[in-house]
Amino acid sequence: MKGLIGKKLGMTQVYSEQGILTPVTVIEAGPCVVVDVKTAEKDGYSALQLGYGRRKAKNVSKPVMGHFKRSGLENNPPAIVREFRLAEDPQAELGSEIKAEVFDGTEYLDITGITKGRGFQGVVKRWNFRGGRYSHGGGWKRKPGSIGCREWPAHVIKGKKLPGQMGNVQRTIQNLKLVQLRAEENLLFVKGAIPGPTGGIIMIKSARKKGN
Amino acid sequence: MNIMDKINREQCKQDVPSFGIGDTVKVYTKIIDGTNERIQMFSGVVIARKGGGIQETFTVRRVSFGEGVERVFPINSPRIDRIEVIRYGKVRRSKLYYLRDKIGKASKVKERRVVSAS
Repeated sequence: MKGLIGKKLGMTQVYSEQGILTPVTVIEAGPCVVVDVKTAEKDGYSALQLGYGRRKAKNVSKPVMGHFKRSGLENNPPAIVREFRLAEDPQAELGSEIKAEVFDGTEYLDITGITKGRGFQGVVKRWNFRGGRYSHGGGWKRKPGSIGCREWPAHVIKGKKLPGQMGNVQRTIQNLKLVQLRAEENLLFVKGAIPGPTGGIIMIKSARKKGN
Repeated sequence: MNIMDKINREQCKQDVPSFGIGDTVKVYTKIIDGTNERIQMFSGVVIARKGGGIQETFTVRRVSFGEGVERVFPINSPRIDRIEVIRYGKVRRSKLYYLRDKIGKASKVKERRVVSAS
């Protein structure tokens, strides 16, 4: 498994050599620094802790700074730190840099991000309920309607689709095709949409269901 | 420059001839036929140009055998070999969708005579 932290730059479209137009999301992937290496022997599980971006040293709390110091990052502490679980212990040096070229040869990616927050939404927008009709004496426009029976089961079934907060949750989109990789600019072109706004921080992993 | 702008700009063709709404054009498209590639021509009146940058498209309308045919081409598509402007049109609208309801002489676009600077 390979992983990186990145930033969504926006969507556009690209042509293949055959002239086929593909909608793509452009991602700035890395460069990331190895903040910590977790091994099964020492920590009970294998993972790679990566850092992305830049933060002023004065804005980092002392305990976190102590953690960064182990990997020699006290002068340019990363803004974002994320952990990537691995099947085996990683062979990486503390403080070394990982760039987008790790995905060279990878065909499919899984991308995790925080979806755009839509606030408190009703059932029509949130769950695609049909709603009632507006004309011919309609009477109920965007209401959910009946939410259950009376005597039995005498309560609303758990998981019933009702109004509530929509968006602003972590979501992973699996098996997104990697269309293009520009190693020198650390850019990935991924077919289709990914969660979150432009400029949002995302986690990129090689697709777990595609055998890498 | 913004990275997104740069990506879009580098994909745009530089040699697209300037043509406007109402112009009669010939569009030469590359068709891949199994293994060999050939060039097919489609001519007609440009009735719309939509979008911008890499996403820009134009619609060409012609009447063939009494049936109106419209094709939408992405301007920057590598499948478009070249575009030739045959005739400039004189129109007062940016979208000529009204041509769809016209037949015969009413569906003609007036020509704009271009005085060449010679």
